[in-house]
Amino acid sequence: MTATLERGLNALREQIDAPVASFFSSCVSCGLCAEACIFYRETEDPKYTPIRKLDLLRRIWKSEYTLFGRIANMFGLMPKVTEADLTAWEELVYDSCTMCGRCTLVCPVGNDLTMMIRKMREGMSAAGHAPTELVGAAGRHADFGSPMGELHPALHAQIKHAEKETGIPIEMDKAGADYMVLLSAQEIAEYPDVLAAMSRIFKKAGITWTISNDGFEATNVGIQLGNRDVARTLVTRVVEAAEKLGVKGVISPECGHAYQALRWEGPNLIGRPYKFEVVHIIELLDHLRAEGKLKTKGKDTTKVTFHDPCQINRRGGINREPRNLMHMVASNFVETDDAGTMNWCCSGGGGVGANERATDLRFKAFNRKKAQFEKVAPDKIVTMCAYCHHTLEEQLEEHNMDIEVQGLTELIGEYLDDE
Amino acid sequence: MNNPYFDLLMWARGPGFDIALIIFAAGMVIRVVEILVLGRKSDKAPAKGSPVGQGIRTVFSRSIPRKGLINYAPVTYLGGYIFHLGFFIALFFFGPHLSLFDSIFGFSHWWPEALSFQWPSFGRVIIESATALAILALIALMYSRLTDPVRRAISTFDDYLVWLLCVLPLASGYVAVNKLFGDPTLMLALHILSVELLMIAFPFTKLTHAVTFVLSRYYNGAIQGRKGAES
Repeated sequence: MTATLERGLNALREQIDAPVASFFSSCVSCGLCAEACIFYRETEDPKYTPIRKLDLLRRIWKSEYTLFGRIANMFGLMPKVTEADLTAWEELVYDSCTMCGRCTLVCPVGNDLTMMIRKMREGMSAAGHAPTELVGAAGRHADFGSPMGELHPALHAQIKHAEKETGIPIEMDKAGADYMVLLSAQEIAEYPDVLAAMSRIFKKAGITWTISNDGFEATNVGIQLGNRDVARTLVTRVVEAAEKLGVKGVISPECGHAYQALRWEGPNLIGRPYKFEVVHIIELLDHLRAEGKLKTKGKDTTKVTFHDPCQINRRGGINREPRNLMHMVASNFVETDDAGTMNWCCSGGGGVGANERATDLRFKAFNRKKAQFEKVAPDKIVTMCAYCHHTLEEQLEEHNMDIEVQGLTELIGEYLDDE
Repeated sequence: MNNPYFDLLMWARGPGFDIALIIFAAGMVIRVVEILVLGRKSDKAPAKGSPVGQGIRTVFSRSIPRKGLINYAPVTYLGGYIFHLGFFIALFFFGPHLSLFDSIFGFSHWWPEALSFQWPSFGRVIIESATALAILALIALMYSRLTDPVRRAISTFDDYLVWLLCVLPLASGYVAVNKLFGDPTLMLALHILSVELLMIAFPFTKLTHAVTFVLSRYYNGAIQGRKGAES
């Protein structure tokens, strides 16, 4: 057995806990998880059945963590997980799963398959079986501060641009502000208008905020790659920056997995609760709305629909908030089928969008959303994740669909009543 | 006393049943304990919703399918419901079974008067319809397992064995009660033996889910509930 294989198997062993054992103990091979999976449904290839993607983890659990399995193992009746198995499973664990979480919600015995994929990626990456793009992004993120490399100059340019547009100064590294704002690399590079929108909204609401030069980027490739060490390093950067400035809260941007990383995994990665709260930007905006501190004027009258990012809604619990906000600013807001908790993934999440090898599969998987959008025929799709935004634009172009995509914060900014 | 199968029946009802019950009970205790001892790390992220409340709710609510999904796997859903309901009705509401439970758990002997209870048994028509429907549902489920690419791909020996072990008690019980064929004493003995096989297989197969689903559904609900997300 090679050292990397052993390291991978050990990483998998570390992931096995009571929930995992209860999930595998309860599986009745009904196959319903496949019906929930975008990759199975669009390809009808049974190899994409979610529980099957977890078979290596299941085998290790069974042969090492159950008494009867261990006895069978002593007699050589349990097949060992090999290098060839890991190679074969790489595509299943990374290319054909966006960790969207639909299977977790349909399993009749309640198996959290998505959480187990997240766990299985820890073993796969430790064994050197992760997509090179994610490994590369992790390196850039650790060395230069973002998966896209050094972003300080771009950030500073965008801040200047937003200040010029709004006439509102943005003070960096301001100690004692209410909130420290984080952005995703995607926003800095592609959708910087969100900065101006936040600037105007927060000024009107009387909120003080800042951006830290030490930790401004919220994405966390460690979560997608399945590498706790990388994930911890990236979360620590943000936590240290926020605690140094002594802010009351940190605003998680319009980015799906960043919210998972910061809000839910982060305290567990660093082993303690934060000294500040983490709030998603849309959660905060809805809170301001309820408090009467967010007022809008006029409405978008075109036909508008909403795309739910999996990590923010299904796996993040933010479902009503964006809808409250949508109704404030859109007079013709139409939902797609399955909207809300059971929405279909944009097909680019969980690192799949960055994975070159998965491109064809991803384009195929998007057919589900395509059909839903065709049914509603919206003029605009609004979402609350910059990566969903990016993926939707890319996919709509690939599928020759001329529909505008916009971030919700930016849309709210457009109709803000700031007189 | 002249019936040659009488001894077999006596063995099945006596030592046979005791052996099966011990393997079933001890095996299931091991299965549950080996899950729980693995434990889980305390979650340091402040909860948004109620993990415990939603965990408990999900143990029940997950019995209802997600909207729309039933259209994609009608046989699995309907067959699953009919089989489980039919099996439970036959097991828990057939008069002679109730007498058996009473003799094992001693509701009417050991328990304090106030706690002593016995639920009513159902009439023959209901029991036999439930049994027949459960068998038909199992046949439909096996057909789907053999023909549907997903189910065929994920099926193992365990799935086929458990299917057989579920059919046998239902079919033999139906034959024994209705005296359809064979010697009634032998049929009753075979029925009891088939149940014992099911009990012995319980801790070693996916039949375990009948107990562990409470844990898995709870964890699912608790993990989602902590985030204030639906489950």
